[in-house]
Amino acid sequence: MSLLIKNASIVNADKHEKNTQDILCEKGVIVKIAPSIKADNAKTVDAKDMLVMPGLIDMHIHMREPGQEHKETVETGSMSAAKGGFTTVMCMPNTSPVIDNAMIVEGIIKEAKRVGLTNVIPIGAITKGQKDQELVDMMELKEAGCLALSDDGKSVVNSQLMRMALEYAKMADLLLIEHCEDPLLSGDGIMNEGKTSTLLGLKAQPSLSESVIIARDIELIHYLNTKVHIAHVTIKRAVDIIRFAKSQGIQITAEACPHHFTLTDEALNEFDTNAKVNPPLRTPEDVEAIKEGLKDGTLDCIVTDHAPHTREDKELDLDHAAYGMIGLETSVGLTITELVDKKVLTWTQMAERMSHAPARIIGLSQKGSIKEGMDADITIIDPKKEWTITKEDIVSKSKNTPFYGRKLKGRVATTILTGKVVYKET
Amino acid sequence: MPELTQLMDKDLIRRALMRISHEILEKNKGTSELCLVGIRTRGAVLAERVQAMVQEIEGVSVPVGILDITLYRDDLTSISAQPVVHETLIDFDIEGKKIVLIDDVFFTGRTIRAALNALNDFGRPAHIQLAVLIDRGHRELPIRADFVGKNIPTSLQQNVKVILQETDGDEDRVIIKENKNGG
Amino acid sequence: MADKNKKVIQWDRRNILDLKDLSKEEIDLVLETAKSFKEVSKRDVKKVPTLRGKSVVTLFFEPSTRTRASFELAAKRLSADTINIAASQSSISKGETILDTARNLEAMNVDLIIVRHGCAGVPDELAKHLKGSVVNAGDGCRAHPTQALLDMFTIQERFGKIEGLHVGIVGDILHSRVARSNIWGLKKLGAKVTLCGPPTLMPIGIEQMGVDVSYDLNEVIEKVDVLMLLRLQRERQKDNFLPSLREYAKYFGVNKKKLSKAKKDLVIMHPGPTNRGLELSSEIADGDNSLILDQVTNGVAVRMAILYLLLGTKT
Repeated sequence: MSLLIKNASIVNADKHEKNTQDILCEKGVIVKIAPSIKADNAKTVDAKDMLVMPGLIDMHIHMREPGQEHKETVETGSMSAAKGGFTTVMCMPNTSPVIDNAMIVEGIIKEAKRVGLTNVIPIGAITKGQKDQELVDMMELKEAGCLALSDDGKSVVNSQLMRMALEYAKMADLLLIEHCEDPLLSGDGIMNEGKTSTLLGLKAQPSLSESVIIARDIELIHYLNTKVHIAHVTIKRAVDIIRFAKSQGIQITAEACPHHFTLTDEALNEFDTNAKVNPPLRTPEDVEAIKEGLKDGTLDCIVTDHAPHTREDKELDLDHAAYGMIGLETSVGLTITELVDKKVLTWTQMAERMSHAPARIIGLSQKGSIKEGMDADITIIDPKKEWTITKEDIVSKSKNTPFYGRKLKGRVATTILTGKVVYKET
Repeated sequence: MPELTQLMDKDLIRRALMRISHEILEKNKGTSELCLVGIRTRGAVLAERVQAMVQEIEGVSVPVGILDITLYRDDLTSISAQPVVHETLIDFDIEGKKIVLIDDVFFTGRTIRAALNALNDFGRPAHIQLAVLIDRGHRELPIRADFVGKNIPTSLQQNVKVILQETDGDEDRVIIKENKNGG
Repeated sequence: MADKNKKVIQWDRRNILDLKDLSKEEIDLVLETAKSFKEVSKRDVKKVPTLRGKSVVTLFFEPSTRTRASFELAAKRLSADTINIAASQSSISKGETILDTARNLEAMNVDLIIVRHGCAGVPDELAKHLKGSVVNAGDGCRAHPTQALLDMFTIQERFGKIEGLHVGIVGDILHSRVARSNIWGLKKLGAKVTLCGPPTLMPIGIEQMGVDVSYDLNEVIEKVDVLMLLRLQRERQKDNFLPSLREYAKYFGVNKKKLSKAKKDLVIMHPGPTNRGLELSSEIADGDNSLILDQVTNGVAVRMAILYLLLGTKT
């Protein structure tokens, strides 16, 4: 029933403890943190030489259930999340059918509880069927367990409808998450428009497609005095606009994905469909801006946009191949290798971007830090472990990632969900 | 180092070609309908020389064509690097003509087989005769030459090389090389 | 076979995917080899036994009459057996992946596949997974290497050289694989290239390929030795890349009057099929300066050269 973590080097968003502590968890809650705790009947986890962070939260994944269980299910997605160190994930509503009613929300939560490997919070759609025409029943979705809504995969293009959504969501206390993309500017572009697309002769979409919707949404929330969260920011211009909006006190938050701070559009040079993702991989200048945004907090959090697809979805030409890549199991390694190891982020900033900030943005007051009285969701990381990404290692049902063969430093050793070990590296 | 032996010098080559020119005229009863076709690269040079000699003897310039047999080779699929293909230049109609095919070294007969196939694609000559500067034996096909400059018995380990001013930038001669590893 | 003292050249290439990959020497070799094949095409019996027993497949996911016919003739003149497969891109999205298609062809022991696809990279993807050779007959907006090679062959045949010539490429550069392949090839062989067309049809960052960009056709005409016109898809107007076809014809179409200031030996080229009255007037298309039909003739010779180089010897 009780769990005791020994020798924990605790990394909270506000502090990296100098001395190791013991953490005692009981009934799913952290009850005591002290230099040396004795608890005879508790199961013990030794965290010597490890970093102990508040359970990681990924507020942007695709679980594919209901409707595309051949790609991922709540069960396999939860296994992948636990292995990646995530104790809470929020799954996007572009399933089939779309998560736009209470029944589907309750179904997913029930299944996630049965699986019991990670805390799953479904994100409802903003518009019915994500059709950009009618608002969903927001109050009912909130009651069913949603904390945020999004039409992820596309924007709410109709500005009047977005205005209504923002106003109504304020009453329902729901966060709106906007996938920013002007569909007309994007057209049938499948990669970033620029020097690389010109050489490759692939259909391209301008980065402008992302920034115009962000700028519009900033104007909307400024006018309505409400908030919005921007999904997967990928370009320098967007980082600049968001930074400016924040400096004006506008309630905007934003996220970025590991692939967007790791890869550029040149990953498509060999026509690897696993590098096809939306929003697309951008230029080296954009990659630097994303890192800068994560460093100075313009970008509040890191999410994976974990998007499982089968081989059949990917073994096509680039025009027809599906968008997206899996990410739950590589996020910690990529973040440590690309950001912490390269001095972009400190360990405390990593805890902020991957746990504390998402908890704050969604309003999970019991999560996001290791303190007495908080939920016993804890991720133990081996910061020095070197490993290579291989297909055999991936537990997600889908294997679509362009990162195979990449060497990483830092890996999740143990994941603890409400005081129970749900993943332990063997 | 492979051993080198010189078999013919400049004068011997000239005399042999002169004799062949006479024999061609004799056998074909003059220059009527006569055409020369040299096989690239050295056969083409020899054909031009024979043409000049015929002109000297008879005062008539007979047509000369150049045949590249690369595309007709029977060993393309067994060698690993392509021979460079060159143009075939036969700007006269060979239909009903008396063709004398000219090459430098007559060996297995496979080059001549390829040349006969190639000529066949250009039309139907009255007959085709074969003139060679050197016949070194070792035929692998039932083909014989009508005019021979010099018969040289060789072993398969030897390599006969004709050097001509026009193609090799060096004085005319025929040499034989010992090649320990075979052809 | 007797040693015919043939020069043996280094050609390790198994596929022709993009001129970007070919060296100047390799391009020169293709053009040189094509000369011999042009002679074969002029014979009464236009056939040599070189590729007897080889199987060549044309796999076209986009409709094409000319390119396919040109490849097919080239293969047939080399005595290879040819099969044409017209596949639709939509059937692929209905379940069969590109790799399925490739593996099926491989199971039939095909030696070489000539592929055209609406999306860039498909020939590379096939090449990665096939044991046989792959020739790109056009992929997306990226490459059409055999078209560029035949264009260069035609220019070289007319001018005796390519180095030092100034080539203008006019029209829809954005969507043109012909333009991109020609830029790669012409630059490698030492030509100067100027692109001309409306800015909406000019791809971002094309200058990185070492070309100049102009929006004024009259200015370009005065300077160039070769004017290469691209086919304008009429749908571009519907997609608002152009105000109207009439305006395009007026400012980017070539007619006799516009050529009055051109160099006397300027030549006009077009990959076909031409839109007469749009990219060029009929009198120009049929005029003395037009090399459009030479391009078609040379296409077969250049493609024979490529098939010979890829399949002529043991792999």
